[in-house]
Amino acid sequence: MKNEYDIIVVGAGPAGSIASKFASEKGISVLMLEKDRDVGYPVRCGEAVSLAGVEEFVKPDPKWIAAEITKFSFISPDKTEVIIPFDGKGIILERKIFDYELANLAAQNGTEILTRTYVNGLILENNKVCGVKYEFRGKQHQIKSKIVIGADGVESRVGRWGGLKTHSDFRDMESGIQITAANINVDPNTCYFYWGSEYAPQGYLWIFPKGNKLANIGLAITGDIGKKKSAISFLNEFMNNYFPNSPILSSVAGGIPFTPTLKKIVNPGIMLVGDAARQINPLSGGGIISGMIGGSIAGKVAADAIISNDLNKIYDYEILWRERLGKRHEMFNRIKNGIYKFSDEKYNQIAHSLVDLPDEKRTLGNVAKKAVINNPSLLIDVAKVFLK
Amino acid sequence: MIFCNNFIKEVILLLIEIIPDKCDFCGCCVGVCPEDAIELKEAEIKIIEKLCTNCSKCVWSCPIEVLKFNSNKIALEKV
Repeated sequence: MKNEYDIIVVGAGPAGSIASKFASEKGISVLMLEKDRDVGYPVRCGEAVSLAGVEEFVKPDPKWIAAEITKFSFISPDKTEVIIPFDGKGIILERKIFDYELANLAAQNGTEILTRTYVNGLILENNKVCGVKYEFRGKQHQIKSKIVIGADGVESRVGRWGGLKTHSDFRDMESGIQITAANINVDPNTCYFYWGSEYAPQGYLWIFPKGNKLANIGLAITGDIGKKKSAISFLNEFMNNYFPNSPILSSVAGGIPFTPTLKKIVNPGIMLVGDAARQINPLSGGGIISGMIGGSIAGKVAADAIISNDLNKIYDYEILWRERLGKRHEMFNRIKNGIYKFSDEKYNQIAHSLVDLPDEKRTLGNVAKKAVINNPSLLIDVAKVFLK
Repeated sequence: MIFCNNFIKEVILLLIEIIPDKCDFCGCCVGVCPEDAIELKEAEIKIIEKLCTNCSKCVWSCPIEVLKFNSNKIALEKV
């Protein structure tokens, strides 16, 4: 290890690894620090992504693809099922292997990686971030850098120490719980979404197949709902009712900030990417692809800033992110606010009207249009997103 | 927070409790804490007592009921 790096990336999830990869491939020195023992473990994720989104960054490899998805199934509170063909192809990842692969990509481009490294502060000089303080094997260390990229997830404290407001309102933080269970008899190429107060009020419950009758089953609810009933209680009830005899192989919890990106994701010497920057799609809760997109932009911009010896250039990242996905996420957020607080009756009514449509008219765009038909301002957002 | 009369001082301490054995270290609580009062390492979580205001947002956001608001911890001390 060196005494100083051009860039230190805190967190080795997809956003951190892709930021590291894009920065280090430009020939500058990058150190990536991960607090957990293993990159990619524990997996706090439903693991569903679009294949096209992944292909932008890494060549698909069967070793990290658990299942291919061609259909969505939406189940309303009265159990009406609407099946919609997926326009494109989705995959369910093996995140443990996928995250390793991304970190390996970064390493092959020159990134140094240190796991079990708990970053517990930043080095600040003249109100500019210029390194991190960390604990490794019980000892305190410091290491300097020109730029710190915070990819430390939903629990990000790096941003706060760097003067960025990263905390989420508890009403916007979806608390998620997920199990991977065996003997789940569902279509192996369909992702299932359950809506309504029985399953996950102000959120949704999912079943994502992982091959060999394995499936990720999880749900997320806001802190507002969690005041009265926890996510684990909802999941236990669902499993008791629907899959009482399915052995549970693993269980994991995690937070999903269903919000648009933070207003500020850059301060002098610091940039935030992925969940830390709240780059999650606020409608679906998906954060892998958008985190990788954020990471790639940040990595390139940071490297350019260092190469040109003009660190003020890191502010370009905010503009580029907003152009690429930030504005779109704001629209998704408005649509989410229109959809997630529907009554059970409204969900049922939408499902009934979709079931009656011929197959070719059952598209995600039509689902969204039906969902917000009573709200003209949202219809414009839906049209911009889905009906291009 | 301290309430005081001639004989009794009511000291409200940290009322949020973590059941460490149940914790999955997922970070929801850290993400919603407005005071940056929760520290999360690889498999270790703790509340920084001097920063916590007992607002309970972490309790409501915990998916697996690891955090609890314990009003029994209000202590009465003689002065």
